[in-house]
Amino acid sequence: MPTEPLFRPISAGAEPFIDVEFDGRRLAVPGQRSVAAALLVAGVSRFRSTPVSGAPRAPYCMMGVCFECLLEIDGVANTQACLVTIQPGMKIRSQEGARRAV
Amino acid sequence: MFSSDVIVIGGGLVGTAVAYGLGQLGKKVMVLDEGDDAFRASRGNFGLIWVHGKGRGVPHYARWTRESARQWPALAARLQDETDIDVQARQNGAFNLCFSEAELEARSERLATVRDEVGGDYPYEILDRAALLQRLPHVGPKVVGASYSPMDGHVNPLKLLRALHSACNQRGVMLKTGHGVERITHADGVFTAHVRDQQFRAPKLVLAAGLGNARLAGQVGLHAPVRPNRGQLIVTERCEKLFDYPTGHIRQTDEGGIQIGESMEDAGFDDSTTTSTLAELARRAVASFPMLGRLNVVRVWGALRVMTPDGYPIYQESTSCPGAYVVTCHSGVTLAAAHAFRIAPWINGAAAPEELDAFRGDRFPAAEHPAQALDHHHAY
Repeated sequence: MPTEPLFRPISAGAEPFIDVEFDGRRLAVPGQRSVAAALLVAGVSRFRSTPVSGAPRAPYCMMGVCFECLLEIDGVANTQACLVTIQPGMKIRSQEGARRAV
Repeated sequence: MFSSDVIVIGGGLVGTAVAYGLGQLGKKVMVLDEGDDAFRASRGNFGLIWVHGKGRGVPHYARWTRESARQWPALAARLQDETDIDVQARQNGAFNLCFSEAELEARSERLATVRDEVGGDYPYEILDRAALLQRLPHVGPKVVGASYSPMDGHVNPLKLLRALHSACNQRGVMLKTGHGVERITHADGVFTAHVRDQQFRAPKLVLAAGLGNARLAGQVGLHAPVRPNRGQLIVTERCEKLFDYPTGHIRQTDEGGIQIGESMEDAGFDDSTTTSTLAELARRAVASFPMLGRLNVVRVWGALRVMTPDGYPIYQESTSCPGAYVVTCHSGVTLAAAHAFRIAPWINGAAAPEELDAFRGDRFPAAEHPAQALDHHHAY
């Protein structure tokens, strides 16, 4: 497991950090970008596991096409994290396998 | 020039099931298939193994369908054994939901008629809302009842197609894609299928070309006036297991997606989707199971059924060109076992299954005539 984030902002320090909750823990992430980009910068490398084999997945296309970045965001399962802007206080959970429907 | 014992034209579920059966009988088989630009019912269908309610007034069809469903476990087991592909055949029964007392009454009357016409051995139940809720607790408030039959089930149709292709390969069946047959000639007891500058020869030839049968049948003295009938389908994101059983319109795939079907419309050779029809499918699905309204749709598609004027299959050997057969239907999943285990031996020279009398292509007049109102959704 990498311990350093794979990504860093080009203009370091420009955006204020905000607090969100990720899998029950407080996490400081840069604001003014997508949930996917913010979590990647904060060092999150595993966003979800697949419904069929349980393999780990992380964002790939970052433009709404590949559906690899699915997260549960504020209670909504299977949300495409690259299409949602990060907000202070968001409750985010990794999407473990198939979503519940009931 | 290529020679074989049998040429099968069409590499969909029908053609490969027949080819697989012939391969099992030791025949040297050549399957000629079109390319990926072909209309392929086999890659767009819903995946039901459906019996109950089919064939009112045509007991041969009710029996043919039932017998195929009965032989389905053997087909699935053989495919698993030979190819290691689990086609996910689940035959625990299926429900047909009704939204009014009149609909439930009509359903009950239809099933009683078919049961009597086939001689009584035809298990099903009519369930009122209270009884249905015991089996399907998620049904919506507008559902007044359902029919249920243990004869039915479902399967992953894409895995079925892949398994049949794989099993054919293992049996030595040759399968050529991108080989649309332009014309067929017949001389001295040998058929020649012409594909561009290539010729394929065999003493027997099976037309399993789906919508292409309409054009090819006349070239070997057969009649197969099939027309496209469009179905539109929806699949949602994968979710945790909701249903153990399919209904006539909704099933959960083995990987968790909820598949929602299916419409019937005459749209010629247009296999695209329309918002109005998809919205109607979604509305019915949400009325059936309200929680489906919370799921995201990930894909929609249209596909063209291969439909005869009366909706029943055509199975016939040519009188003027003996050795040429037509095999065409719109239930390639349900009937896959019949095609592998009963049609293939017939083509190989065994006696025709007794049901086949009802399915000759010459029951249709030679000239074009207006389409009848179809009684052929799989559930009805």
